[in-house]
Amino acid sequence: VLHTTRPLHTTQQCLAPLPPLPEKGGEVRHGLIPEEFFQFLYPKTGVTGPYMLGTGLLLYFLSKEIYVINHETVAAACILTVIIYGVKKYGADVAAFADKLNEEKVAQALAVKNGAINDLETAIEQEKKEQWRVEGRSYLFDAKRNNIAMLLETNYRERLLTVYNEVKKRLDYQVAMQNLKRQKEHDHMIQWVEKSVVQSITPQQQKDSIAKCILDLKALSKSAQAA
Amino acid sequence: GPLSERHLMDVRLGELPAWLAACDFSPQGLLGGVQKAWNSYYDKYINVKRGGPAGISMLLAGYCLLSYGWNYQHIKCHRWRKYH
Repeated sequence: VLHTTRPLHTTQQCLAPLPPLPEKGGEVRHGLIPEEFFQFLYPKTGVTGPYMLGTGLLLYFLSKEIYVINHETVAAACILTVIIYGVKKYGADVAAFADKLNEEKVAQALAVKNGAINDLETAIEQEKKEQWRVEGRSYLFDAKRNNIAMLLETNYRERLLTVYNEVKKRLDYQVAMQNLKRQKEHDHMIQWVEKSVVQSITPQQQKDSIAKCILDLKALSKSAQAA
Repeated sequence: GPLSERHLMDVRLGELPAWLAACDFSPQGLLGGVQKAWNSYYDKYINVKRGGPAGISMLLAGYCLLSYGWNYQHIKCHRWRKYH
């Protein structure tokens, strides 16, 4: 409850990394009396001063019965014995255990901090690499320009080929037409000539040619028989 | 520094009444004083990396003394001697 009313950051400057905790607490002698008391009395009474004061006070309280010895004294004595025995025997172990817990907490926080630092460093390296990559922009764009030029060239040549093919097809057609026309004229003329010739062969001429053929055949057969 | 802001240990004996007069005895002032006292004790003996039994043992001893003082009227009846 008391901690909630503690003022935080009352001054203008607040030290951002908190100062580390002190290693050891204030010096205390016999676990009960702060060392400052002994230092306070040292100039006047030396080393044994506080002890004499303590003994004198104790005897005074006992003799005037300001401190009364009753059942609670016995109980207090037993409890104190047990406590002191426990502290002396197990104090070091408990301290080591607590130190280990603290160590683990600190190690965890340190691990987180180191992890964050490593992540940031790798991020920085990647950023630098990206910046180095940016310098290669010109090469990238040259390659792209080359690609595009090649595409344009290919397209142009394809179209050139198409044009050539189309023109050749038309010329071939014209040539084929001319050939066909000549052929047809040729055939027609031959037919016409044959027809006119056949027509011109009169029946008289036919008879004469047949008679001539028979005579020739007889002559041939005679010569063949003779041979 | 000024009288009201010094610690009690730094005040000379002759200035004690003046220091007491300059002290703040309103409830908030008393609470603030208790607050400061506890904080200084806490920071010196408990809020350290390697503390010992000293931190709480002094608190327990103080509690023992206080409770003895509060119950003294009752304990007085169990005294051994008749005359003091």
